[in-house]
Amino acid sequence: MHPHSRTLGVVLLLALAALALFPLVGGTFYVQLITKVMILAIFAMSLDLLVGYTGLVSLGHAAFFGLAGYALALLQPKYEPMSIFITLPAALALCAVFALLTGALVLRTRGIYFIMVTLAFAQMVYFVFHDTALGGGSDGLYINNKPLVGWGELTLFDLENRTSFYYLVLVLLVAVYLLLRRVLASNFGHALQGIRVNEHRMRAIGFPVMRYQLGVYVLAGVLAGLSGYLSAAQFGFVNPEIISWHQSGAVLMMVILGGMGTLSGSMVGAFVFVLLEEFFKDDTVFGAVAKHWQLLMGLIIVAVACFLPRGLIGLLTRRKRDAGDA
Amino acid sequence: MLEVSQLSKHFGGLRANSNVALSVRVGQIHVVIGPNGAGKSTLINMLSGDLPPTSGSIKLDGREIAGLRPDEISRLGVGRSYQKTNIFSSFTVLENCRLAAQSRAPQAWRLFTPADRHAPAIALARHAIAQAELDGREHRVASTLSHGEQRQLEIALSLATAPRVLLLDEPLAGMGAEESMRMVALIGKLRSDHAIVLVEHDIDAVFALADVLTVMVEGQVLASGSPAEIRANPQVQAAYLGTEHGHV
Repeated sequence: MHPHSRTLGVVLLLALAALALFPLVGGTFYVQLITKVMILAIFAMSLDLLVGYTGLVSLGHAAFFGLAGYALALLQPKYEPMSIFITLPAALALCAVFALLTGALVLRTRGIYFIMVTLAFAQMVYFVFHDTALGGGSDGLYINNKPLVGWGELTLFDLENRTSFYYLVLVLLVAVYLLLRRVLASNFGHALQGIRVNEHRMRAIGFPVMRYQLGVYVLAGVLAGLSGYLSAAQFGFVNPEIISWHQSGAVLMMVILGGMGTLSGSMVGAFVFVLLEEFFKDDTVFGAVAKHWQLLMGLIIVAVACFLPRGLIGLLTRRKRDAGDA
Repeated sequence: MLEVSQLSKHFGGLRANSNVALSVRVGQIHVVIGPNGAGKSTLINMLSGDLPPTSGSIKLDGREIAGLRPDEISRLGVGRSYQKTNIFSSFTVLENCRLAAQSRAPQAWRLFTPADRHAPAIALARHAIAQAELDGREHRVASTLSHGEQRQLEIALSLATAPRVLLLDEPLAGMGAEESMRMVALIGKLRSDHAIVLVEHDIDAVFALADVLTVMVEGQVLASGSPAEIRANPQVQAAYLGTEHGHV
Protein backbone atom coordinates (compact mmCIF):
# COMPACT_ATOMS: atom_id res chain seq x y z
CA MET A 1 0.00 0.00 0.00
CA HIS A 2 2.96 2.35 0.24
CA PRO A 3 5.70 2.17 -2.30
CA HIS A 4 7.93 4.74 -0.65
CA SER A 5 9.18 7.32 -3.10
CA ARG A 6 12.91 7.90 -3.05
CA THR A 7 12.56 11.61 -3.87
CA LEU A 8 10.34 11.98 -0.85
CA GLY A 9 12.88 10.26 1.41
CA VAL A 10 15.65 12.57 0.23
CA VAL A 11 13.48 15.66 0.69
CA LEU A 12 12.52 14.55 4.21
CA LEU A 13 16.16 14.00 5.20
CA LEU A 14 17.16 17.41 3.80
CA ALA A 15 14.29 19.02 5.68
CA LEU A 16 15.40 17.28 8.88
CA ALA A 17 18.96 18.54 8.42
CA ALA A 18 17.69 22.07 7.80
CA LEU A 19 15.50 21.94 10.91
CA ALA A 20 18.36 20.59 13.02
CA LEU A 21 20.67 23.42 11.93
CA PHE A 22 18.09 26.20 11.90
CA PRO A 23 18.54 27.50 15.51
CA LEU A 24 22.23 28.14 14.71
CA VAL A 25 21.27 30.75 12.13
CA GLY A 26 17.66 31.74 12.83
CA GLY A 27 16.71 34.62 15.12
CA THR A 28 14.54 34.19 18.23
CA PHE A 29 11.33 35.09 16.41
CA TYR A 30 11.89 32.51 13.73
CA VAL A 31 13.03 29.78 16.12
CA GLN A 32 9.76 30.27 17.99
CA LEU A 33 7.78 30.33 14.75
CA ILE A 34 9.31 27.07 13.55
CA THR A 35 8.73 25.52 16.98
CA LYS A 36 5.05 26.44 16.60
CA VAL A 37 4.98 24.96 13.09
CA MET A 38 6.53 21.66 14.22
CA ILE A 39 3.95 21.40 17.01
CA LEU A 40 1.17 21.96 14.50
CA ALA A 41 2.76 19.37 12.20
CA ILE A 42 2.23 16.77 14.96
CA PHE A 43 -1.36 18.01 15.27
CA ALA A 44 -1.91 17.71 11.51
CA MET A 45 -0.45 14.17 11.35
CA SER A 46 -2.75 13.09 14.17
CA LEU A 47 -5.80 14.37 12.27
CA ASP A 48 -4.60 12.76 9.05
CA LEU A 49 -4.78 9.36 10.76
CA LEU A 50 -8.53 9.87 10.88
CA VAL A 51 -9.19 11.90 7.72
CA GLY A 52 -6.65 10.58 5.26
CA TYR A 53 -6.04 7.01 6.41
CA THR A 54 -9.32 5.86 7.91
CA GLY A 55 -11.72 8.12 6.01
CA LEU A 56 -13.22 9.77 9.11
CA VAL A 57 -13.50 13.54 8.60
CA SER A 58 -13.47 15.15 12.06
CA LEU A 59 -14.25 18.80 12.64
CA GLY A 60 -13.64 18.59 16.37
CA HIS A 61 -10.00 17.62 16.62
CA ALA A 62 -9.14 20.80 18.54
CA ALA A 63 -10.96 19.32 21.56
CA PHE A 64 -7.94 17.07 22.26
CA PHE A 65 -5.47 19.87 21.55
CA GLY A 66 -7.25 22.13 24.04
CA LEU A 67 -7.89 19.49 26.69
CA ALA A 68 -4.20 18.66 26.98
CA GLY A 69 -3.26 22.34 27.10
CA TYR A 70 -5.74 23.04 29.88
CA ALA A 71 -4.60 19.90 31.69
CA LEU A 72 -1.08 21.35 31.85
CA ALA A 73 -2.38 24.77 32.95
CA LEU A 74 -4.56 23.29 35.69
CA LEU A 75 -2.09 20.70 36.98
CA GLN A 76 0.93 22.93 37.32
CA PRO A 77 1.13 25.07 40.47
CA LYS A 78 0.91 28.78 39.72
CA TYR A 79 4.47 29.82 40.52
CA GLU A 80 6.58 26.72 40.23
CA PRO A 81 7.24 24.19 37.48
CA MET A 82 6.10 20.60 37.66
CA SER A 83 7.81 17.57 36.14
CA ILE A 84 6.88 16.87 32.53
CA PHE A 85 6.90 13.21 33.54
CA ILE A 86 3.74 13.88 35.58
CA THR A 87 1.90 16.52 33.57
CA LEU A 88 2.44 15.05 30.10
CA PRO A 89 1.23 11.49 30.87
CA ALA A 90 -1.71 12.97 32.78
CA ALA A 91 -2.67 15.22 29.86
CA LEU A 92 -2.35 12.35 27.37
CA ALA A 93 -4.34 9.99 29.59
CA LEU A 94 -7.12 12.58 29.78
CA CYS A 95 -7.20 12.77 25.98
CA ALA A 96 -7.24 8.98 25.69
CA VAL A 97 -10.20 8.67 28.07
CA PHE A 98 -12.06 11.49 26.31
CA ALA A 99 -11.40 9.83 22.92
CA LEU A 100 -12.57 6.46 24.20
CA LEU A 101 -15.82 7.85 25.61
CA THR A 102 -16.70 10.19 22.76
CA GLY A 103 -15.35 7.79 20.11
CA ALA A 104 -17.77 5.08 21.23
CA LEU A 105 -20.57 7.51 20.33
CA VAL A 106 -19.28 9.44 17.31
CA LEU A 107 -18.13 6.26 15.53
CA ARG A 108 -21.75 5.14 15.31
CA THR A 109 -22.25 7.94 12.79
CA ARG A 110 -20.86 8.40 9.29
CA GLY A 111 -20.13 11.14 6.79
CA ILE A 112 -21.81 14.47 7.46
CA TYR A 113 -23.14 13.21 10.80
CA PHE A 114 -19.65 12.27 11.93
CA ILE A 115 -18.53 15.82 11.10
CA MET A 116 -21.43 17.31 13.07
CA VAL A 117 -21.06 15.08 16.13
CA THR A 118 -17.29 15.58 16.43
CA LEU A 119 -17.92 19.34 16.12
CA ALA A 120 -20.62 19.14 18.80
CA PHE A 121 -18.30 17.42 21.29
CA ALA A 122 -15.57 19.97 20.64
CA GLN A 123 -18.04 22.83 21.17
CA MET A 124 -19.07 21.25 24.48
CA VAL A 125 -15.44 21.22 25.62
CA TYR A 126 -15.08 24.80 24.37
CA PHE A 127 -18.01 26.00 26.45
CA VAL A 128 -16.91 24.09 29.54
CA PHE A 129 -13.76 26.22 29.55
CA HIS A 130 -15.36 29.38 28.14
CA ASP A 131 -18.36 29.58 30.48
CA THR A 132 -17.04 28.29 33.80
CA ALA A 133 -14.50 29.53 36.29
CA LEU A 134 -12.56 26.26 35.95
CA GLY A 135 -10.50 27.47 33.01
CA GLY A 136 -10.56 31.21 33.69
CA GLY A 137 -13.41 31.85 31.23
CA SER A 138 -12.68 33.58 27.94
CA ASP A 139 -9.40 35.03 29.29
CA GLY A 140 -7.96 31.58 29.81
CA LEU A 141 -5.10 30.67 32.13
CA TYR A 142 -1.42 31.54 32.32
CA ILE A 143 1.23 28.86 32.55
CA ASN A 144 4.02 30.78 34.23
CA ASN A 145 6.69 28.10 34.04
CA LYS A 146 7.74 25.67 31.40
CA PRO A 147 7.39 22.01 32.42
CA LEU A 148 10.46 20.67 34.20
CA VAL A 149 12.30 17.97 32.29
CA GLY A 150 13.58 16.10 35.34
CA TRP A 151 12.65 15.18 38.87
CA GLY A 152 12.78 17.38 41.99
CA GLU A 153 16.21 19.07 42.06
CA LEU A 154 17.46 17.24 38.99
CA THR A 155 16.91 19.03 35.68
CA LEU A 156 17.94 17.18 32.52
CA PHE A 157 17.57 20.23 30.34
CA ASP A 158 15.91 23.59 30.67
CA LEU A 159 12.81 24.26 28.58
CA GLU A 160 12.88 27.96 29.52
CA ASN A 161 15.70 28.05 26.98
CA ARG A 162 14.00 28.47 23.59
CA THR A 163 16.60 26.46 21.73
CA SER A 164 16.22 23.50 24.12
CA PHE A 165 12.46 23.71 23.67
CA TYR A 166 12.93 23.78 19.90
CA TYR A 167 15.04 20.62 19.95
CA LEU A 168 12.64 18.79 22.24
CA VAL A 169 9.82 19.52 19.77
CA LEU A 170 11.96 18.48 16.81
CA VAL A 171 12.83 15.16 18.48
CA LEU A 172 9.15 14.54 19.27
CA LEU A 173 8.12 15.41 15.71
CA VAL A 174 10.58 12.89 14.28
CA ALA A 175 9.55 10.29 16.87
CA VAL A 176 5.84 10.72 16.09
CA TYR A 177 6.51 10.50 12.34
CA LEU A 178 8.57 7.30 12.69
CA LEU A 179 6.06 5.76 15.09
CA LEU A 180 3.15 6.45 12.76
CA ARG A 181 5.01 5.21 9.71
CA ARG A 182 5.59 1.95 11.53
CA VAL A 183 2.01 1.68 12.76
CA LEU A 184 0.55 2.48 9.36
CA ALA A 185 2.66 -0.22 7.70
CA SER A 186 1.47 -2.82 10.22
CA ASN A 187 -1.57 -5.06 9.95
CA PHE A 188 -3.44 -2.49 12.02
CA GLY A 189 -2.50 0.32 9.62
CA HIS A 190 -3.49 -1.70 6.58
CA ALA A 191 -6.81 -2.53 8.17
CA LEU A 192 -7.45 1.21 8.66
CA GLN A 193 -6.78 1.84 4.99
CA GLY A 194 -9.05 -1.05 4.07
CA ILE A 195 -11.79 0.58 6.13
CA ARG A 196 -11.34 3.83 4.22
CA VAL A 197 -11.54 2.11 0.85
CA ASN A 198 -14.37 -0.34 1.57
CA GLU A 199 -15.77 -0.48 5.07
CA HIS A 200 -18.57 -2.87 4.10
CA ARG A 201 -16.23 -5.50 2.67
CA MET A 202 -13.92 -5.16 5.69
CA ARG A 203 -16.79 -6.39 7.86
CA ALA A 204 -17.56 -9.19 5.44
CA ILE A 205 -13.96 -10.47 5.57
CA GLY A 206 -14.04 -10.55 9.34
CA PHE A 207 -12.79 -7.22 10.71
CA PRO A 208 -14.55 -5.73 13.73
CA VAL A 209 -14.45 -2.31 12.07
CA MET A 210 -15.65 -0.30 15.07
CA ARG A 211 -12.82 -1.61 17.28
CA TYR A 212 -10.20 -0.55 14.74
CA GLN A 213 -11.81 2.86 14.35
CA LEU A 214 -11.92 3.36 18.10
CA GLY A 215 -8.26 2.35 18.30
CA VAL A 216 -7.18 4.93 15.75
CA TYR A 217 -9.50 7.55 17.26
CA VAL A 218 -7.76 7.17 20.62
CA LEU A 219 -4.31 7.25 19.00
CA ALA A 220 -5.22 10.40 17.05
CA GLY A 221 -6.65 12.02 20.18
CA VAL A 222 -3.54 11.27 22.24
CA LEU A 223 -1.18 12.67 19.59
CA ALA A 224 -3.34 15.78 19.18
CA GLY A 225 -3.06 16.06 22.96
CA LEU A 226 0.74 15.89 22.72
CA SER A 227 0.73 18.84 20.31
CA GLY A 228 -1.75 20.80 22.45
CA TYR A 229 0.40 20.23 25.53
CA LEU A 230 3.54 21.44 23.74
CA SER A 231 1.71 24.45 22.32
CA ALA A 232 0.40 25.49 25.75
CA ALA A 233 3.88 25.07 27.22
CA GLN A 234 5.43 27.13 24.42
CA PHE A 235 3.11 30.12 24.63
CA GLY A 236 2.63 30.05 28.40
CA PHE A 237 -1.12 30.42 28.32
CA VAL A 238 -4.30 28.70 27.18
CA ASN A 239 -7.65 30.19 26.25
CA PRO A 240 -10.82 28.72 24.75
CA GLU A 241 -9.80 29.76 21.24
CA ILE A 242 -7.44 26.76 21.05
CA ILE A 243 -10.56 24.53 21.23
CA SER A 244 -12.69 26.59 18.85
CA TRP A 245 -13.94 25.22 15.56
CA HIS A 246 -11.60 27.67 13.83
CA GLN A 247 -8.73 25.66 15.25
CA SER A 248 -10.32 22.35 14.13
CA GLY A 249 -10.88 23.88 10.70
CA ALA A 250 -7.33 25.20 10.43
CA VAL A 251 -5.78 21.80 11.11
CA LEU A 252 -8.15 20.19 8.60
CA MET A 253 -7.00 22.74 6.03
CA MET A 254 -3.35 21.91 6.79
CA VAL A 255 -4.06 18.24 6.07
CA ILE A 256 -5.91 19.02 2.82
CA LEU A 257 -3.31 21.56 1.73
CA GLY A 258 -0.42 19.15 2.26
CA GLY A 259 -2.18 16.05 0.95
CA MET A 260 -4.53 13.68 2.77
CA GLY A 261 -3.34 10.19 3.59
CA THR A 262 0.35 11.09 3.63
CA LEU A 263 2.17 11.83 6.88
CA SER A 264 4.74 13.98 5.13
CA GLY A 265 1.92 15.84 3.39
CA SER A 266 0.43 16.76 6.75
CA MET A 267 3.78 18.13 7.89
CA VAL A 268 4.21 20.11 4.67
CA GLY A 269 0.65 21.39 5.09
CA ALA A 270 1.38 22.68 8.59
CA PHE A 271 4.56 24.43 7.44
CA VAL A 272 3.00 26.03 4.37
CA PHE A 273 -0.19 27.05 6.20
CA VAL A 274 1.59 28.84 9.05
CA LEU A 275 4.27 30.41 6.89
CA LEU A 276 1.68 31.66 4.37
CA GLU A 277 -0.36 33.05 7.24
CA GLU A 278 2.69 34.99 8.47
CA PHE A 279 3.45 36.15 4.95
CA PHE A 280 -0.10 37.32 4.14
CA LYS A 281 -0.30 39.13 7.48
CA ASP A 282 2.77 41.18 6.58
CA ASP A 283 1.48 44.68 5.82
CA THR A 284 4.80 45.78 4.34
CA VAL A 285 4.05 43.36 1.51
CA PHE A 286 0.26 43.35 1.33
CA GLY A 287 -0.62 46.77 2.76
CA ALA A 288 -4.29 47.07 3.65
CA VAL A 289 -5.05 43.55 2.41
CA ALA A 290 -2.85 42.10 5.19
CA LYS A 291 -5.72 42.59 7.65
CA HIS A 292 -7.84 40.32 5.49
CA TRP A 293 -5.21 37.62 5.10
CA GLN A 294 -7.90 34.92 5.28
CA LEU A 295 -9.07 36.00 1.82
CA LEU A 296 -5.66 35.23 0.35
CA MET A 297 -5.44 31.96 2.28
CA GLY A 298 -8.88 31.02 0.97
CA LEU A 299 -7.70 31.50 -2.60
CA ILE A 300 -4.71 29.23 -2.00
CA ILE A 301 -6.90 26.50 -0.50
CA VAL A 302 -9.32 26.71 -3.44
CA ALA A 303 -6.43 26.55 -5.91
CA VAL A 304 -4.92 23.47 -4.22
CA ALA A 305 -8.29 21.73 -4.01
CA CYS A 306 -8.92 22.39 -7.72
CA PHE A 307 -5.50 21.79 -9.23
CA LEU A 308 -3.68 19.54 -6.75
CA PRO A 309 -6.25 17.04 -5.50
CA ARG A 310 -3.44 15.10 -3.80
CA GLY A 311 -2.14 18.21 -2.08
CA LEU A 312 1.27 19.83 -2.25
CA ILE A 313 2.99 16.52 -1.52
CA GLY A 314 1.45 15.19 -4.73
CA LEU A 315 4.07 17.26 -6.56
CA LEU A 316 6.77 15.05 -5.05
CA THR A 317 5.17 11.62 -5.16
CA ARG A 318 3.67 11.24 -8.60
CA ARG A 319 1.99 7.89 -8.63
CA LYS A 320 -1.04 6.58 -10.46
CA ARG A 321 -2.52 4.88 -7.41
CA ASP A 322 -4.63 6.40 -4.75
CA ALA A 323 -3.47 4.25 -1.84
CA GLY A 324 -1.74 5.96 1.06
CA ASP A 325 1.92 6.80 1.39
CA ALA A 326 3.93 7.43 4.52
CA MET B 1 -22.47 -28.06 8.47
CA LEU B 2 -24.92 -25.21 7.73
CA GLU B 3 -28.55 -25.81 8.74
CA VAL B 4 -31.17 -23.16 8.09
CA SER B 5 -34.73 -23.54 9.33
CA GLN B 6 -37.85 -21.40 9.60
CA LEU B 7 -35.83 -18.38 8.48
CA SER B 8 -37.88 -15.24 7.84
CA LYS B 9 -37.20 -11.63 7.01
CA HIS B 10 -39.92 -9.04 6.93
CA PHE B 11 -39.43 -5.45 5.83
CA GLY B 12 -42.50 -3.78 7.27
CA GLY B 13 -45.36 -5.61 5.59
CA LEU B 14 -43.16 -7.16 2.89
CA ARG B 15 -42.30 -10.78 3.52
CA ALA B 16 -38.94 -10.99 1.76
CA ASN B 17 -38.28 -14.46 3.19
CA SER B 18 -40.82 -16.73 4.90
CA ASN B 19 -39.87 -19.95 6.68
CA VAL B 20 -36.94 -20.74 4.42
CA ALA B 21 -35.11 -24.00 5.11
CA LEU B 22 -31.82 -25.11 3.60
CA SER B 23 -28.88 -27.29 4.48
CA VAL B 24 -25.46 -27.84 3.00
CA ARG B 25 -22.35 -29.81 3.93
CA VAL B 26 -18.75 -29.88 2.75
CA GLY B 27 -18.46 -31.42 -0.71
CA GLN B 28 -21.87 -30.16 -1.74
CA ILE B 29 -23.12 -27.25 -3.81
CA HIS B 30 -26.59 -26.12 -2.86
CA VAL B 31 -27.94 -23.85 -5.58
CA VAL B 32 -30.77 -21.42 -4.92
CA ILE B 33 -32.69 -20.25 -7.97
CA GLY B 34 -35.78 -18.16 -8.49
CA PRO B 35 -37.05 -15.16 -10.41
CA ASN B 36 -35.96 -11.62 -9.55
CA GLY B 37 -37.43 -10.54 -6.24
CA ALA B 38 -37.77 -14.12 -4.99
CA GLY B 39 -35.66 -13.28 -1.92
CA LYS B 40 -32.42 -15.04 -2.87
CA SER B 41 -30.14 -12.13 -2.03
CA THR B 42 -32.04 -11.48 1.20
CA LEU B 43 -31.38 -15.11 2.14
CA ILE B 44 -27.63 -14.81 1.45
CA ASN B 45 -27.51 -11.52 3.36
CA MET B 46 -29.08 -13.17 6.40
CA LEU B 47 -26.64 -16.10 6.25
CA SER B 48 -23.66 -13.71 6.11
CA GLY B 49 -25.00 -11.39 8.80
CA ASP B 50 -25.45 -8.39 6.52
CA LEU B 51 -29.15 -8.50 7.41
CA PRO B 52 -30.45 -9.66 10.80
CA PRO B 53 -33.27 -12.22 10.35
CA THR B 54 -36.71 -11.40 11.72
CA SER B 55 -37.03 -14.96 13.02
CA GLY B 56 -35.69 -18.45 12.49
CA SER B 57 -32.47 -20.31 12.96
CA ILE B 58 -29.11 -20.56 11.18
CA LYS B 59 -26.87 -23.24 12.68
CA LEU B 60 -23.20 -23.60 11.80
CA ASP B 61 -21.88 -26.93 13.14
CA GLY B 62 -24.80 -26.90 15.58
CA ARG B 63 -24.02 -23.40 16.80
CA GLU B 64 -26.68 -20.72 16.38
CA ILE B 65 -25.29 -17.83 14.33
CA ALA B 66 -28.49 -16.01 13.36
CA GLY B 67 -28.20 -12.33 14.28
CA LEU B 68 -24.41 -12.28 14.75
CA ARG B 69 -22.48 -9.45 13.09
CA PRO B 70 -20.94 -10.06 9.62
CA ASP B 71 -17.39 -9.95 11.01
CA GLU B 72 -18.25 -12.54 13.69
CA ILE B 73 -19.85 -14.86 11.14
CA SER B 74 -16.85 -14.41 8.86
CA ARG B 75 -14.44 -15.37 11.64
CA LEU B 76 -16.50 -18.51 12.34
CA GLY B 77 -15.64 -19.70 8.83
CA VAL B 78 -18.36 -18.38 6.54
CA GLY B 79 -17.09 -16.46 3.49
CA ARG B 80 -19.23 -14.69 0.95
CA SER B 81 -18.98 -13.01 -2.42
CA TYR B 82 -21.19 -10.25 -3.73
CA GLN B 83 -23.39 -9.95 -6.77
CA LYS B 84 -22.03 -6.46 -7.37
CA THR B 85 -18.22 -6.55 -7.25
CA ASN B 86 -17.16 -5.41 -3.81
CA ILE B 87 -13.36 -5.27 -3.65
CA PHE B 88 -10.63 -2.85 -2.52
CA SER B 89 -10.23 -1.24 -5.90
CA SER B 90 -7.17 0.95 -5.16
CA PHE B 91 -5.17 -1.97 -3.68
CA THR B 92 -3.30 -4.63 -5.64
CA VAL B 93 -4.63 -8.18 -5.93
CA LEU B 94 -2.13 -9.38 -3.32
CA GLU B 95 -2.96 -6.51 -0.95
CA ASN B 96 -6.65 -7.30 -1.29
CA CYS B 97 -6.15 -10.94 -0.38
CA ARG B 98 -3.54 -10.28 2.30
CA LEU B 99 -5.95 -7.95 4.04
CA ALA B 100 -8.63 -10.65 4.01
CA ALA B 101 -6.15 -13.27 5.26
CA GLN B 102 -4.94 -10.90 7.96
CA SER B 103 -8.33 -10.98 9.68
CA ARG B 104 -7.61 -14.64 10.53
CA ALA B 105 -4.29 -13.79 12.15
CA PRO B 106 -4.10 -13.58 15.90
CA GLN B 107 -1.55 -10.76 15.39
CA ALA B 108 -4.10 -8.46 13.79
CA TRP B 109 -3.47 -5.92 16.53
CA ARG B 110 0.31 -6.07 16.46
CA LEU B 111 1.16 -2.44 15.77
CA PHE B 112 4.82 -2.63 14.90
CA THR B 113 5.16 -5.62 12.58
CA PRO B 114 5.00 -4.60 8.92
CA ALA B 115 2.01 -6.19 7.24
CA ASP B 116 3.95 -7.03 4.10
CA ARG B 117 6.24 -9.30 6.12
CA HIS B 118 3.41 -11.13 7.82
CA ALA B 119 4.20 -14.59 6.43
CA PRO B 120 1.06 -16.56 7.43
CA ALA B 121 -1.28 -13.98 5.88
CA ILE B 122 0.81 -13.79 2.71
CA ALA B 123 0.85 -17.57 2.35
CA LEU B 124 -2.93 -17.72 2.77
CA ALA B 125 -3.37 -14.85 0.30
CA ARG B 126 -1.17 -16.49 -2.34
CA HIS B 127 -3.05 -19.76 -1.93
CA ALA B 128 -6.37 -17.95 -2.49
CA ILE B 129 -4.97 -16.17 -5.55
CA ALA B 130 -3.85 -19.50 -7.01
CA GLN B 131 -7.22 -21.12 -6.27
CA ALA B 132 -9.03 -18.27 -8.01
CA GLU B 133 -6.58 -18.61 -10.93
CA LEU B 134 -5.28 -15.07 -10.65
CA ASP B 135 -1.57 -15.99 -10.43
CA GLY B 136 0.66 -13.61 -12.30
CA ARG B 137 -1.63 -10.71 -11.52
CA GLU B 138 -0.68 -10.33 -7.83
CA HIS B 139 0.70 -6.83 -8.28
CA ARG B 140 -2.00 -5.45 -10.54
CA VAL B 141 -4.17 -2.76 -8.97
CA ALA B 142 -7.67 -4.20 -8.66
CA SER B 143 -9.38 -1.37 -10.55
CA THR B 144 -7.26 -2.11 -13.63
CA LEU B 145 -8.39 -5.76 -13.88
CA SER B 146 -10.97 -6.88 -16.46
CA HIS B 147 -14.52 -7.49 -15.27
CA GLY B 148 -13.98 -11.23 -15.28
CA GLU B 149 -10.77 -10.93 -13.28
CA GLN B 150 -12.51 -8.67 -10.77
CA ARG B 151 -15.15 -11.39 -10.35
CA GLN B 152 -12.32 -13.88 -9.71
CA LEU B 153 -10.83 -11.49 -7.16
CA GLU B 154 -14.25 -11.25 -5.54
CA ILE B 155 -14.02 -15.03 -4.97
CA ALA B 156 -10.33 -14.88 -4.00
CA LEU B 157 -11.11 -12.34 -1.27
CA SER B 158 -13.58 -14.77 0.28
CA LEU B 159 -11.16 -17.71 -0.10
CA ALA B 160 -8.36 -15.78 1.63
CA THR B 161 -10.35 -15.90 4.85
CA ALA B 162 -10.07 -19.72 4.69
CA PRO B 163 -13.82 -20.31 4.95
CA ARG B 164 -15.48 -23.72 5.33
CA VAL B 165 -18.81 -22.39 4.07
CA LEU B 166 -18.90 -20.25 0.91
CA LEU B 167 -21.90 -18.11 0.02
CA LEU B 168 -21.67 -17.08 -3.63
CA ASP B 169 -24.16 -14.46 -4.83
CA GLU B 170 -24.39 -14.61 -8.63
CA PRO B 171 -20.67 -15.10 -9.33
CA LEU B 172 -21.36 -15.15 -13.09
CA ALA B 173 -23.06 -11.75 -13.12
CA GLY B 174 -22.08 -9.79 -16.23
CA MET B 175 -19.65 -12.43 -17.55
CA GLY B 176 -19.18 -13.52 -21.14
CA ALA B 177 -19.59 -17.17 -22.20
CA GLU B 178 -15.91 -18.10 -21.94
CA GLU B 179 -15.39 -16.34 -18.62
CA SER B 180 -18.51 -18.07 -17.31
CA MET B 181 -17.17 -21.50 -18.24
CA ARG B 182 -13.91 -20.82 -16.39
CA MET B 183 -15.83 -19.60 -13.34
CA VAL B 184 -18.05 -22.70 -13.36
CA ALA B 185 -14.95 -24.90 -13.46
CA LEU B 186 -13.41 -22.91 -10.62
CA ILE B 187 -16.49 -23.23 -8.40
CA GLY B 188 -16.63 -26.95 -9.20
CA LYS B 189 -13.08 -27.34 -7.87
CA LEU B 190 -13.95 -25.55 -4.65
CA ARG B 191 -16.66 -28.09 -3.88
CA SER B 192 -14.31 -30.73 -2.45
CA ASP B 193 -13.31 -28.71 0.62
CA HIS B 194 -16.15 -26.24 1.04
CA ALA B 195 -19.86 -26.27 1.73
CA ILE B 196 -21.22 -23.96 -0.97
CA VAL B 197 -24.47 -22.05 -1.22
CA LEU B 198 -24.75 -20.62 -4.72
CA VAL B 199 -27.31 -18.14 -6.00
CA GLU B 200 -27.26 -18.06 -9.79
CA HIS B 201 -29.41 -17.13 -12.76
CA ASP B 202 -27.41 -18.86 -15.48
CA ILE B 203 -29.39 -22.05 -15.89
CA ASP B 204 -26.62 -24.01 -17.64
CA ALA B 205 -24.25 -23.22 -14.78
CA VAL B 206 -26.92 -24.15 -12.25
CA PHE B 207 -27.42 -27.64 -13.62
CA ALA B 208 -23.70 -28.12 -14.20
CA LEU B 209 -22.89 -27.45 -10.56
CA ALA B 210 -25.90 -28.27 -8.38
CA ASP B 211 -25.93 -31.22 -6.01
CA VAL B 212 -29.10 -29.88 -4.41
CA LEU B 213 -31.45 -27.26 -5.84
CA THR B 214 -33.85 -25.02 -3.99
CA VAL B 215 -36.38 -23.00 -5.96
CA MET B 216 -37.64 -19.82 -4.33
CA VAL B 217 -40.67 -17.82 -5.39
CA GLU B 218 -41.96 -14.76 -3.56
CA GLY B 219 -39.84 -15.34 -0.51
CA GLN B 220 -40.82 -18.95 -0.03
CA VAL B 221 -39.29 -22.30 -0.92
CA LEU B 222 -41.34 -23.73 -3.77
CA ALA B 223 -39.39 -26.96 -4.07
CA SER B 224 -36.10 -28.48 -3.00
CA GLY B 225 -34.33 -31.59 -4.19
CA SER B 226 -31.86 -33.10 -6.63
CA PRO B 227 -31.54 -31.45 -10.06
CA ALA B 228 -33.45 -34.36 -11.63
CA GLU B 229 -36.32 -34.03 -9.16
CA ILE B 230 -36.51 -30.27 -9.70
CA ARG B 231 -36.47 -30.66 -13.47
CA ALA B 232 -39.38 -33.08 -13.25
CA ASN B 233 -41.39 -30.98 -10.78
CA PRO B 234 -44.49 -29.63 -12.59
CA GLN B 235 -44.92 -26.76 -10.12
CA VAL B 236 -41.39 -25.56 -10.79
CA GLN B 237 -41.88 -25.84 -14.51
CA ALA B 238 -45.04 -23.77 -14.33
CA ALA B 239 -43.72 -21.15 -11.93
CA TYR B 240 -40.19 -20.71 -13.09
CA LEU B 241 -38.28 -22.89 -15.47
CA GLY B 242 -40.91 -23.19 -18.14
CA THR B 243 -41.96 -19.59 -18.31
CA GLU B 244 -38.78 -17.63 -17.82
CA HIS B 245 -36.11 -19.69 -19.45
CA GLY B 246 -37.84 -21.87 -22.01
CA HIS B 247 -37.35 -25.65 -21.89
CA VAL B 248 -34.63 -27.06 -19.71
